[in-house]
Amino acid sequence: MKVKKRAIIPKNQCVACGVCVKVCPRNAISIISGVYAKVDDSLCVGCGLCAKACPASIIKMEGDVQ
Amino acid sequence: MKTKKHWYDYLWIASTLYLLLGFINILFAWLGLLCFFIPLIISIVKGNKAYCNKYCGRGKLFNLLGNKLGLSIKRECPTILRRQWFRYSFLIFFLTMFGNMIFVTYMVFGGSRELVNVVKLLWTINFPWNFSYNNSISPWIAQFAFGFYSVMLTSTVLGIITMIFFKPRTWCVYCPMGTMTQAICKVKNHGKE
Ligand code: SF4
Ligand code: SF4
Ligand code: SF4
Repeated sequence: MKVKKRAIIPKNQCVACGVCVKVCPRNAISIISGVYAKVDDSLCVGCGLCAKACPASIIKMEGDVQ
Repeated sequence: MKTKKHWYDYLWIASTLYLLLGFINILFAWLGLLCFFIPLIISIVKGNKAYCNKYCGRGKLFNLLGNKLGLSIKRECPTILRRQWFRYSFLIFFLTMFGNMIFVTYMVFGGSRELVNVVKLLWTINFPWNFSYNNSISPWIAQFAFGFYSVMLTSTVLGIITMIFFKPRTWCVYCPMGTMTQAICKVKNHGKE
């Protein structure tokens, strides 16, 4: 059993500033229609850099048991 | 991530210059309209926040001060700042002050009010600003410049305060332009997301 961490962004709290997009080393985040940021789970490696940088402090790192 | 630098990564220079030029000649304040119309046009025409996400010099300036120069203590931002009601109230407050500024400009234009050469910080503190204004231009043009520069300086000061205490780009959480462009995108892209 492996626990894979990944970033979760609550869509309705996001201000779409794009800070997370800039820091992600995997280019896993994109801003959808200027409204919210979305993480591509297949690219996210769970490093947590986006969570640290988000000025609204809304990104949570969650572990998925796989 | 180390990526290739783009031309727009240097736009913080423009934002800094803008603030400095206001000390030399207040009329430069008119250039600030660019930071008002460009984001609106991008969001209305393209339906995205490319201005915030790519070009905005102010966001870059706060990033530079907070991250590169280490002036930020990077605490988590108070939750109230990211609440919708707070962001929209701040936007409405800002637009009201903006409207008031246009009105004062109009009154000076119509001659029912004298030009006041002050820069108003945080809507309350007046700074006499005679040094960067000579009397050769129409008073209403100068009045608008003083009003607009006050808005830009005030928002920069607020942004710097939150940059120091919270994450560097905390201003972007409650920035009226950011809130407004996001709202436009929401309306424009409704149902598309
Ligand atoms: S946790 Fe790391 S890899 Fe995943 S989205 Fe955030 S910055 Fe990118
Ligand atoms: S940094 Fe935070 S608020 Fe900004 S776009 Fe990313 S998740 Fe949204
Ligand atoms: S939210 Fe405001 S300060 Fe931040 S990038 Fe957008 S326009 Fe610039």
